[in-house]
Amino acid sequence: MQLEQAPSIRTTIVRRLAPSYAAMGRFGLILVMLLMMAVLTILQPAYFLTRENLTNIARQISSNSILALGEFAVIVTAGIDLSVGSVMGLSMIVLALAVHADWAAGMAVAVALLAGLGVGLVNGLALTRLHLPHPFIATLATLNIARGATYLLSGGVPISGLPPIVRMWGADDITLLGGTSFPIDFPISFLIVIALYLAMWVLLTKTSTGRHIYAIGGSPKAAQYAGINIPRNLALVYVLSGGLAGIAGILLAGRVNSGYPTAGTGAELDAIAAVIIGGASFFGGRGTAGGVFIGAIIMGLLRNGLNLMNVSVFWQQVMLGFIILLAVYLDVLRRRAMRLES
Amino acid sequence: MPALVEMRQITKTFGPVAALNRVDFAVNADEVVGLVGDNGAGKSTLMKILTGVYQPDAGEIWLGGMRVHFHSPLESRQRGIEMVYQDLGLAENLSAIANIFLGREITRRTGGLRLLSEGEMERQGRQHLDGLQISLPSVFFPVERLSGGQRQSVAIARATAFRAQLVIMDEPAASLAVSEAAKVLALITRLREQGVAVVLISHRLQDVLDVSDRIVVLNRGSKVGDLRRRDATMGDVVGLIVGKSA
Repeated sequence: MQLEQAPSIRTTIVRRLAPSYAAMGRFGLILVMLLMMAVLTILQPAYFLTRENLTNIARQISSNSILALGEFAVIVTAGIDLSVGSVMGLSMIVLALAVHADWAAGMAVAVALLAGLGVGLVNGLALTRLHLPHPFIATLATLNIARGATYLLSGGVPISGLPPIVRMWGADDITLLGGTSFPIDFPISFLIVIALYLAMWVLLTKTSTGRHIYAIGGSPKAAQYAGINIPRNLALVYVLSGGLAGIAGILLAGRVNSGYPTAGTGAELDAIAAVIIGGASFFGGRGTAGGVFIGAIIMGLLRNGLNLMNVSVFWQQVMLGFIILLAVYLDVLRRRAMRLES
Repeated sequence: MPALVEMRQITKTFGPVAALNRVDFAVNADEVVGLVGDNGAGKSTLMKILTGVYQPDAGEIWLGGMRVHFHSPLESRQRGIEMVYQDLGLAENLSAIANIFLGREITRRTGGLRLLSEGEMERQGRQHLDGLQISLPSVFFPVERLSGGQRQSVAIARATAFRAQLVIMDEPAASLAVSEAAKVLALITRLREQGVAVVLISHRLQDVLDVSDRIVVLNRGSKVGDLRRRDATMGDVVGLIVGKSA
């Protein structure tokens, strides 16, 4: 123990660097991401760095990164939300049905979002009011309920054709810096992704609610002693996760110009993978929105790169598995190093 | 002047088990009271009644001369009674500052949002830690990276950060190395100097004798001893705990 009552420049620097062990993991992730981009640039010099390909990646990862964001909030509380893939499918079908029933576009989008929020609320209440033993169970139930409802509502067939104002969110670009000599066409869906990540980052790191969510994940007992309303905060993260899955469904529907009942099957696993690659802990209380963002990008780069290389989707899945193992093992090593040092 | 806290004729039974039988227990301001007894003697039950975790079957609690009823730990905390639990009740993944302010964060309005005031919490937190002469490698480390004694200090700092009048500590030195235990005991003495009363529950009788002004002994739910420190020897206390007359 050394005193730090009169902080010298050195101790000030040490102090400023001290909280960045979490950041160290993130720098590692950023390195992995840059490495993948470098390799892909070398292997596919004519195509990888083109604007078309990059915006394509951005559009493709939008839905998964939004699912991962909601999943992340849940995993911070040491929970799990298995229903996000089904909720995304449900939201898509609800949107398509509402549009085909001649609802106004705004209403259709709102009701798709409400479907997501609703399932999230059911998940949260099943955990906090019905006291189901683990969120795995409640969300496994709603995974099936939402998927079944999706098939029932759609009759098992895709519902194609959405109006431009609905498609726009998932499919269109917006021109940034339009008046300058460097206009950039940017996918609207990826702008939404960035806005949502920023909002989640503010919520989790800049508000007392976020502090409480981390505390609940780190030590439920400490949270309880501190008088934190645990049920309310838990319900909140499941509602957020459901709502974000609803938004992911709206964007995906726009991108593919339809709602199809199998959409998002198994997507919860990709979302969980992005969260874990992004450095969050399954035991709760650890991880950052920025890390999850990079985790989702790494998954997108992997898919894109392997597609460009004509690697079959079967091998892609094998590779993804190895990436998950590697990411978590690196995290284990980092934690061990941190513990030895202190 | 009335005692800071006075518990009168407290009785509590759990089914057929009489956990406490007409126990009187008082703590004066600026006093460290050691509460000792064998396992199952009723120490924890008595303190859980004082903090509102349990309700007594009979008896009264008076605080500064006023009768009070605590229905939850939140209510007793609002009246300045804090408990440091044996498992410390710290969020291991959060920093010392975040733990001190957990559940009572300082916030400010910024552009319509109520955001954490990290700078203000750091300033007040450091001031409080300095006042208790608690030194940490960093107030930003997650507390899981601190030593056992440092974590105990953070838990005590947390308990005393908000105008606590009485802090109850359950085995604060039980799992600590000798030098760290000494620091925690010094911290208890410092709290008393700052006008905070302490109830120290401990099996380490030497610690209790070292820092207490008064020692209360429970045996099978009854109070069997209430000794001023200067009148007590180790032999007296051990005799009362095991049930022989002193």
